[in-house]
Amino acid sequence: MKLALLSRLNALRAARRGGVLVTDLASGAQRLLSEDDFSGDALGEEAAAALRSGRSAMVEQDGRKVFLNVQAPPTRLIIVGAVHVAQALAPMAALCGHDVAIVDPRGAFASPERFPDARVLAKWPQDAIAELGGLDRHTAVAAITHDPKIDDPALSAALSAGCFYIGALGSRKTHGKRVERLAAAGFTTEQIGRIKAPIGLDIGSVSPAEIATSVLAQIIEAQRKKPPRPST
Amino acid sequence: MRANDDDILSTAQLWREQGKGVALATVVETWGSAPRPIGSHLVIDEDGLFLGSVSGGCVEGDVVAQALEVIETGAATTLEFGVADETAWRAGLSCGGRISVYVERID
Repeated sequence: MKLALLSRLNALRAARRGGVLVTDLASGAQRLLSEDDFSGDALGEEAAAALRSGRSAMVEQDGRKVFLNVQAPPTRLIIVGAVHVAQALAPMAALCGHDVAIVDPRGAFASPERFPDARVLAKWPQDAIAELGGLDRHTAVAAITHDPKIDDPALSAALSAGCFYIGALGSRKTHGKRVERLAAAGFTTEQIGRIKAPIGLDIGSVSPAEIATSVLAQIIEAQRKKPPRPST
Repeated sequence: MRANDDDILSTAQLWREQGKGVALATVVETWGSAPRPIGSHLVIDEDGLFLGSVSGGCVEGDVVAQALEVIETGAATTLEFGVADETAWRAGLSCGGRISVYVERID
């Protein structure tokens, strides 16, 4: 590998960007595809699938063995709302490999005693997100405070950053009002449509832990499942 | 594990920038039960110093030896280890799996 390519690879990793290092094992020819380079590339579909699954893979191209080495930053989950559901969701998400942070400006909720094993930021979302180094597409955001003053700024930031998962707690009626506020703030219908609301897969969850399960399952789906082909 | 990979790839860059001969070994295929997943790295310098792993420690010695040759010649190579190989008894995978490791020089 050329040193210049290795240093590009390390820069990509440091910037929390996903990509795939493509190596022709017979010739040694190598190139680095960042996640923005997939469309239009001969191996773009295979590279996208490998990045989505998080697994490096050997593929064949014109009878040649080509190795796709996945470079995926660790995914993060930012839970906005240090509520009962968050107490179940934080450890479960950590088990699934996410770096978890809990954000809630209400100090009584965001206490380390309630979240012994997670990073807790008793700040407003805007300040907490800045402290966490900003959002990106390898970040999931679950807004579950029920309070628009706290949830809305987090959702706006998540939409702007293209987070891979954005979920918001609240009934359809609550979400309807939220959609109006976000539209008034300048977000398009398509952007707002990315918000999963009511949050979580519809499995009839009742308890906080069950709701956390439905949210985590929805996050896994967003991360791993192949998106449907856009209709033409 | 991923943070580990970060360290390995950063170290590979650092060692090369310091002017050392450096090789990078990567697990590119596995069959059966393999101790380290596809994509795992081991970085080796010209003195045989290494960081990372491509197995549970069973084949690292052989990979390092081969890597020194790759650093010398610059020709990348793919090494295979497993119970079906004659190397199995010398540098075998006790778990019964097979792995294929690509070794390349950082130029």
